[in-house]
Amino acid sequence: MPPPHCGFVALTLILEAAVLGILTGGVYALMASGLTLIFGVMRIINVGHGALVVLGAYLSFVLWHNWNVDPFLSLVVTMPIMFVLGVILQVVFVRPLKTDREALSVLVTYALALGIEGVLGYFFTSNYVQLTAWYDTASFPIGGFRITYVYVYGFLLCLAILAAMFLMLYRTSFGGAIRATMLNRTAAQLVGIDVDRVSAVAFGIGMATAAAGGVVFGITNTFNPGSHYDLISRLLTIIVLGGLGSLRGAIIAALVMLVTEDITAVVISPVWASFVFFVILVAVLIVRPQGLFGVRVRERI
Amino acid sequence: MKRLRDVRVLTGLGLILAAVLALLLPAIAPDSSTTNIAVFTLMYVGLATAWNIMGGYTGYISLGHAGFFGFGSYALGLLLAKLGIEGGYAPFLFVPIAGVLTGLLAVVVGWFALRTRAATFVIVTIAFMFMLQLLAENLVGLTGGGSGLGFPRPPWRGADYNVPFYYAMLVLAALALGTSWWIRRSKFGLGLLAIRDDEDKALAVGVPARAFKLTAFVVSATFVGMIGGVYGYYVTFIYPQFVVDPLIGISMVLMVFLGGLGTLGGPVLGAVILEPAQLHLAYNYGASRLYLVFYSAVFLLVILLMPRGIIPSVRALITRWRATAPAPAAPQGVAP
Repeated sequence: MPPPHCGFVALTLILEAAVLGILTGGVYALMASGLTLIFGVMRIINVGHGALVVLGAYLSFVLWHNWNVDPFLSLVVTMPIMFVLGVILQVVFVRPLKTDREALSVLVTYALALGIEGVLGYFFTSNYVQLTAWYDTASFPIGGFRITYVYVYGFLLCLAILAAMFLMLYRTSFGGAIRATMLNRTAAQLVGIDVDRVSAVAFGIGMATAAAGGVVFGITNTFNPGSHYDLISRLLTIIVLGGLGSLRGAIIAALVMLVTEDITAVVISPVWASFVFFVILVAVLIVRPQGLFGVRVRERI
Repeated sequence: MKRLRDVRVLTGLGLILAAVLALLLPAIAPDSSTTNIAVFTLMYVGLATAWNIMGGYTGYISLGHAGFFGFGSYALGLLLAKLGIEGGYAPFLFVPIAGVLTGLLAVVVGWFALRTRAATFVIVTIAFMFMLQLLAENLVGLTGGGSGLGFPRPPWRGADYNVPFYYAMLVLAALALGTSWWIRRSKFGLGLLAIRDDEDKALAVGVPARAFKLTAFVVSATFVGMIGGVYGYYVTFIYPQFVVDPLIGISMVLMVFLGGLGTLGGPVLGAVILEPAQLHLAYNYGASRLYLVFYSAVFLLVILLMPRGIIPSVRALITRWRATAPAPAAPQGVAP
C-alpha cells in the first residue's frame, strides 16, 4: 500500500494500468473470440489455441527475421496460411471424432499443441524472442503517463478484425449458417446447412484470428515455444467466464480480466496478477456456473 | 459355460503371474536403469488407475490432476521438512498424511468445480492446475518458489536406490487398483456409471449425483497426491513447473484412453505400454524437444484409430468371435 501523500501518483498508476488493461484486453478478446467461436460451432475445446497463437507469432517472426517484413504487414501472408492450416487440421483431426467429441477433442487438440511446441522448440529453441518494428518504442503522453503506439495499433487491429468477424456473422448468409450451427447443429443440418463445411471454415477463421492475435501478442510480449500454456490457461478462463460459445461474453470477460490483472499488478504485486484471473473464475462459477453470458446447458455429457 | 470357466481360470493365473512378476522384478532385473523405468511405469499405473476412478467411471474429464500430484508432492516435502524427518523408510509413513491433505484440497476444489459439467469442468480443472502452479511459485516463504523444495536424502545408493521406491509405488498402484475394482462392483460404482451415461436421468432415479461425484473426485485425488509424495521423495528435489506439470496430467489421461476408458485393466495396460515408450523418447530426444512431436504423434494415432481404447476394442472382437464361434460345426464355404 502506498503512503497517503502519493495518492495522486497511485491514481495515475491505476489509471495507466486500466488503460493498458483495455489495450491488451483487446488482443485477448480477439484470441478468445476465435476460441469461443470454435467451441460454439463444433462443441469442442481447442486446447491448442494458445499454441496456434504462438505459431502465428513465430510465422511473423520468420518473415521479419528473414525478409524484414513489418509484423503487422506480415498478417497479409500469415492469416491466409493459418486459415488454410486451420481447415486442414479440422478435416484431419477434428472431423473424424464421432463419439465422445468433447472429451476426445480436448485430447486431440492438446496433442496438436504438444506437437506444435515440439516443432517450434526444434527450430527456434526455447530462447525468448519478440517481434519488433522500427516504430515500436515510440510513445505519446496522456494524462501523466506515456502509452506506446504499438499497443494502440494492436488494439485497433484487433478491433477491426473483431468488427469484420461480427459483420461476417450477422450480415452474410454464411455468417447466418455459422450462427445456426452454433444454435443447433442437428437442426442446421436439417435445413440444409453443410455443417462439416461450416465447421472447417469456422476453425480456419479461428486460426486466422489466432495469427493476428499472435502478432499483437508477440510485439507486446516476449515469447518462446512454451508460452502457449500461459496463454491457453488465460483464454480458457476468459471463455468460461464469458459463457462458452458467447462472443459477446468472451470480449467483455477479456477486457474485465485484463484490466483487473493490470490493476492488481500495480496495487498488490505483479506476481499475483495472473492469480486474480483464477480468483475471479472461482467467484463467478460459484454464483453463475454457466458463466456471465452462457445459457445453462442441460444435455448428455 | 465350460469356455467361460476356462477364461476365468486363465485370467486368474495371469493375474497371479503378473503379481509374482511385479513382486520379484527388482530381483530379476536389478540394474538401476530397468528399476528406474519400473518405478515410473508403476507410478503411472497408479496415476492412470486413480484418474480412471473419476474420469472413466463418472465421465468427468479432469485435466488438472497434475495439480493434485504436485500438491501431494509439496505436502509431503513440507511435512518432512517441518518435522525434521531424516531420509530412510520413515518418510514413507507420512505419505498417507500427504494423501489426506490432498483429499481435503479435492473436497474444496470439487465443491465448486463440480458445479459445472462437461467442457466447463475440463476447463475449470485446467485453471485449477495453473492456479496451484502459480501458488507454488509465489509462496516463496513456504515452498521455496522457483528455486525448488528439497526432500531428505534417501540413504540407499547405487542399484539399491530404486528398490524401496519401486515397492512404495507398487503398494500404491495395488491399492488404487483394489479400490477401483471394489468401486466397479459396488452400488456406488453403479451410481457413478449411471452419472456417466446420463446425469439427469441418474438424478431422477435417485442417485445422489453430487455426493457421488465428489466422493469419486476425492478418492481419485487422494491416490494421485500420495503418488506425488513418493515421486517427490524419489527425485529429492521438486520445482513448481516439474511437479505441477501439464504433461503429467495429460499422460495419465492418454494412458486411460489407450487402455480403455472406464475399464479396470485399461489404465494398467495403457501405462505399461506408454510410459516405457515415453521415457525412452524423453531420454533419447529430450534435449531437442523432438520427443514432444513423437509423443503427440502417438497421442493422435491412439485417439483417431482407437478412440474406444484397447480393452473395449478387443472385447468387442471377442464378442464377435464368440457369436461366430459355432461356425466350425456348420458346413464349410458358408460366409460368416
